[in-house]
Amino acid sequence: MTAAVSFSGVSRHFGKVQAVDRVDLVVEPGEFFAMLGPSGSGKTTCLRLIAGFEQPDSGHIEIFGETAEGVPPYRRNVNTVFQDYALFPHFSILDNVAYGLMVKGIGKAERHRQAEEALALVKLPDYGARKPGQLSGGQRQRVALARALVNRPRVLLLDEPLGALDLKLRESMQEELKSLQRSLGITFIFVTHDQGEALSMADRVAVFNKGRIVQAGTPQEIYNRPKTRFVADFVGSSNVIDPDAMRYFGGEARCASLRPEAISLVRDGGVRAHVRSAAFLGAATRLGVTAGDVSLSVMLPAGQPVPEQGTEVGLTWAPGDVHYMDDAA
Amino acid sequence: MTGAFSQGVISARRAGLSGRLSDLFWRRPQLLLILMLTPPLLWLGIIYVGSLLALLAQSFFAIDDFSGLVTYELTLDTYRQLLNPANLDIILRTLVMAVAVTVASAFIAFPIAYYAARYAKGRWKAFFYLGVMMPLWSSYLVKVYAWKLILAKEGILTWIFARLHLSSVLDSVLALPVIGGNSLSVSYIGTFLVFVYIWLPYMILPTQAALERVPKTLVEASGDLGATPRQTFFTVLLPLALPGLVAGSIFTFSLTLGDYIIPQIIGSSRLFIGQAVYAQQGTAGNVPLAAAFSVVPIVIMGVYLAIAKRMGAFDAL
Repeated sequence: MTAAVSFSGVSRHFGKVQAVDRVDLVVEPGEFFAMLGPSGSGKTTCLRLIAGFEQPDSGHIEIFGETAEGVPPYRRNVNTVFQDYALFPHFSILDNVAYGLMVKGIGKAERHRQAEEALALVKLPDYGARKPGQLSGGQRQRVALARALVNRPRVLLLDEPLGALDLKLRESMQEELKSLQRSLGITFIFVTHDQGEALSMADRVAVFNKGRIVQAGTPQEIYNRPKTRFVADFVGSSNVIDPDAMRYFGGEARCASLRPEAISLVRDGGVRAHVRSAAFLGAATRLGVTAGDVSLSVMLPAGQPVPEQGTEVGLTWAPGDVHYMDDAA
Repeated sequence: MTGAFSQGVISARRAGLSGRLSDLFWRRPQLLLILMLTPPLLWLGIIYVGSLLALLAQSFFAIDDFSGLVTYELTLDTYRQLLNPANLDIILRTLVMAVAVTVASAFIAFPIAYYAARYAKGRWKAFFYLGVMMPLWSSYLVKVYAWKLILAKEGILTWIFARLHLSSVLDSVLALPVIGGNSLSVSYIGTFLVFVYIWLPYMILPTQAALERVPKTLVEASGDLGATPRQTFFTVLLPLALPGLVAGSIFTFSLTLGDYIIPQIIGSSRLFIGQAVYAQQGTAGNVPLAAAFSVVPIVIMGVYLAIAKRMGAFDAL
């Protein structure tokens, strides 16, 4: 089967900054793919390379088997939901959504009918007559989504789509995006710096750092078996333990990650540690402890007694929960 | 621990009049507003609008043909005089020139403004502002006389055309009826060129300000949705830049309508509105007719703005 999007050895630099550095990437058709990384890691540039706003300096990009280099954005059957939504302020919502159809020369009645459908799909019927300025951030984002989807793109690109929304709205939009993607069967590629968002929504995640993909895989793989220290640090709140400390804990002298929820407290024995802080998170309590000079966080499920600050506790974990990483970088 | 907080929650009022005034203005912000607005409003209201109204009132009086004195009786005789063929000719000539200058300025200004808004950064932006504003710093008369030399029959432009063996092109342009003439400096083409040169900054700056406010992502979104650059220009960029272009055109249009120096120095000897006003209130001593002439640009601008508003030029504001 042809890949929806494939990068081979793609590079792009701006002046002296190597924004994207020899990236290889394959996104399967119908996949919900996340590009995760800190700002400046090259994930947004990769998205813009797919959209056609940027051209690669070297390497090869294919979209559904067709060469994409040199093809302008307006000839790509790919649509983008912009971070700032980029709705046209001088058009009504309906004309915004119908814009893609208008420039293709589809008649007014037909394009308005399709735009109404798209607005219903994102649960904003009857909003067509308003102007973008009259809508809330969450509503504008749905309009941006409808405006992209009305063109029936082969690939939908989402640039930090939920970044500007508040927590509650973000959670409900996550579910909606996911179910929308499943029902439409369109390949979704979205860029985010929020690891929770990436892990909960995506079928596969590529973690970016300094213009390169550090690790790509399912959310479970990324979370449970981070390849490098950067991934462990960035994805989730794993404890990253230095080789020296690992030896002190009785393990191999290699860099390792240990998830906070894999550690349990015992009264006697185990690795002796002192409780430094406790943060109540609702479903659990996160303890900050120090064992020797190593700081660790421990996730304590709700219902367990929370030890006082300063008390000495013992830490245990199953050897299988320690995940050794290839390199320290 | 208590030492850090020993000062108390509310600090004492600053000493003197300024402290008392600060507190007063904080309590009564309207007072400050009134104090700030009164002088400029008085200036605008009495000196500017007042004298303008006084002038316009003159247009409803008429001059006595025998004595040459103004009769202070309300009449529309002066307007009847304004609409005679010779005066209509002046109005029409000025209007056509103003439209031509405005359209040409818009065409020249847009690419420059677009470059400055979208691409120019740092040093280039400073260079842009300097380049656009610098002509405004030197004396208007110096610039106009400089143009007279440039456009004269013995001037540099004629010389350049001759050197490029293009004299025939220049001659055929000058041979055009109405707009041509003996040389560029005595033709309508010359007047037009100098008007465009002098007023261009007033078109570039508002257009650039309007384009500056159009986010780059809107242009990208348009292309992303399948619009060709041409479609993007006409459906996104131009409508959003229109308020700026209209603001600029108000300058170029009204400045051209009212100017009396450029057409006097450069061009054919036929009158423009500004010259007519100058002549009527001066040598001819017909202040009512001069006042009636100065009503014309005001009416034209009013009509122009009404049309612009109806066309939606201000919708994107």
